Amino acid sequence: MPMNSISIEGLSFDYHGNEVLRDITCDIRQGDYVGIVGPNGSGKSTLIRCILGLNRVEHGTITLFGVPQPAFTSWDRIGFLPQGLQLFNPNFPATVEEVVRLGRLSKKRFPRRFDASDSEAVERAMDLMGISSLGKRLIGELSGGLRQRVLLARALVNDPEVLILDEPTTALDPETRDSFYATVRDLNVNRGTTILLITHDSSTIGLYASKLLYLDKRIIFFGTFEEFCHSSNMTEVFGHHGQHLICRRH
Amino acid sequence: MSFADIIHYAFLQRALLAGTLIAILCSVLGVFLVLRRLSLIGDGLSHVTFGSVALALLLRFQSVYTSLAAIPCVLIAAIGILKIADKARIYGDAAIGIVSSLGIAVGILLASLAGGFNVDLFSYLFGNILSISRAELVVTACLFMVVLLSVAFFYNELFAITFDEELAVTCGVRVERINAVLVLLTALTVVLAMKVVGIMLISALLILPAVSALQLARGFKTAILLSACLGVASVIGGIFLSFFMDLPTGATIIIINFLLFATCFILRTTRK
Repeated sequence: MPMNSISIEGLSFDYHGNEVLRDITCDIRQGDYVGIVGPNGSGKSTLIRCILGLNRVEHGTITLFGVPQPAFTSWDRIGFLPQGLQLFNPNFPATVEEVVRLGRLSKKRFPRRFDASDSEAVERAMDLMGISSLGKRLIGELSGGLRQRVLLARALVNDPEVLILDEPTTALDPETRDSFYATVRDLNVNRGTTILLITHDSSTIGLYASKLLYLDKRIIFFGTFEEFCHSSNMTEVFGHHGQHLICRRH
Repeated sequence: MSFADIIHYAFLQRALLAGTLIAILCSVLGVFLVLRRLSLIGDGLSHVTFGSVALALLLRFQSVYTSLAAIPCVLIAAIGILKIADKARIYGDAAIGIVSSLGIAVGILLASLAGGFNVDLFSYLFGNILSISRAELVVTACLFMVVLLSVAFFYNELFAITFDEELAVTCGVRVERINAVLVLLTALTVVLAMKVVGIMLISALLILPAVSALQLARGFKTAILLSACLGVASVIGGIFLSFFMDLPTGATIIIINFLLFATCFILRTTRK
């Protein structure tokens, strides 16, 4: 049986007294492609933020590759692609190469100098994402789709074992979105990369993911699509129409 | 009097050397501060410097010790800004406002106790780089090395938190620690810069070369190098121009900086 990449046990989280996550327990195994869906405010992004250490967990535990999250330091094993950059300044003077190279920081110890191996890794990641020719361009000059590719290259620059994607295709046109998901699928199938994909679009998640985590502050469902689509409990929760919407494209 | 003649004056040589070192520090740190929307931290810390200078003058410290005495006060104020913003759950600009006004208030009270504003205090308020002593130059050179080496050591982490704090966290960067490093280095630089342009104009020396460079730079390292070049050019140009035309040096430096900014802005808009 594959090892657990991420284990979550009894995780609860609140923002200033407002409950966002309640008693979340689940194991993400190596090679899983998990689609995390749920309505707005269901705690999807909060769950990811807790895993990444962006929110401090006070109730429950998160274990990454067998190491308790607060003590986890091997961040090069996890790649993260945010929905968008916090307060992104389109005039920020960073080149594509500089941004992708930032991902290599997680492999370094003080004084975190880059060397030739980092340049090679940056080139590989840019090749993989088809952005090799953009190395000297400023990130602020790129379209939303190309910028997402740059950030995905940054997330992949260490060949991570887990890739966490937070609504990665919101700003993309359908063609770019399909190409993006094909790349992610390829990583999962051919490299065995574990994928956690947050999306608000539960009707298309079945096209990509092999497992479904339906969240609404607590876990409503966690398992394979086959289990979901044949579960009479889920028919009760979602109704025939809701269940069909999620299952029809799987 | 020719250019060749005046360059032999020892006081001018000291001013040019100290001005160049301080301009490099201000311009380099300015890029991080401007992009992190912390531009006004220099203003806030310079007001604290005013309070500590007033205290040093009240206690009749010598000039070189006045700067040294300001260092611990400004470092504490820098940490205070971070702590207030964190613990009181307010935005950084409000925390800067609190510390800044406190610094000014303390300065005015102390100046009043000392019998009002005197010539010494005015020289700190408006800068007097031409009067820099050999001892002050040595202190400046030492602090220059400390700040520049620190920036070099932490460059990648500083770049990471400037680009995006949350992505930096996911790269294992300890954001709070690097923020503290940036603010402490800024505090040291502010103390040094008060001699060049004066407390009133320090924030301009932190902001203007950086925003000028950001008009044209095509890469982060390029932005830092360009900012440093523009900062040095403005300080050297300002020192000479003020010497020849008998103008206040600090103000001349800032006017040159503004002209450089306007030029960079025009170049950028015409390049498009």
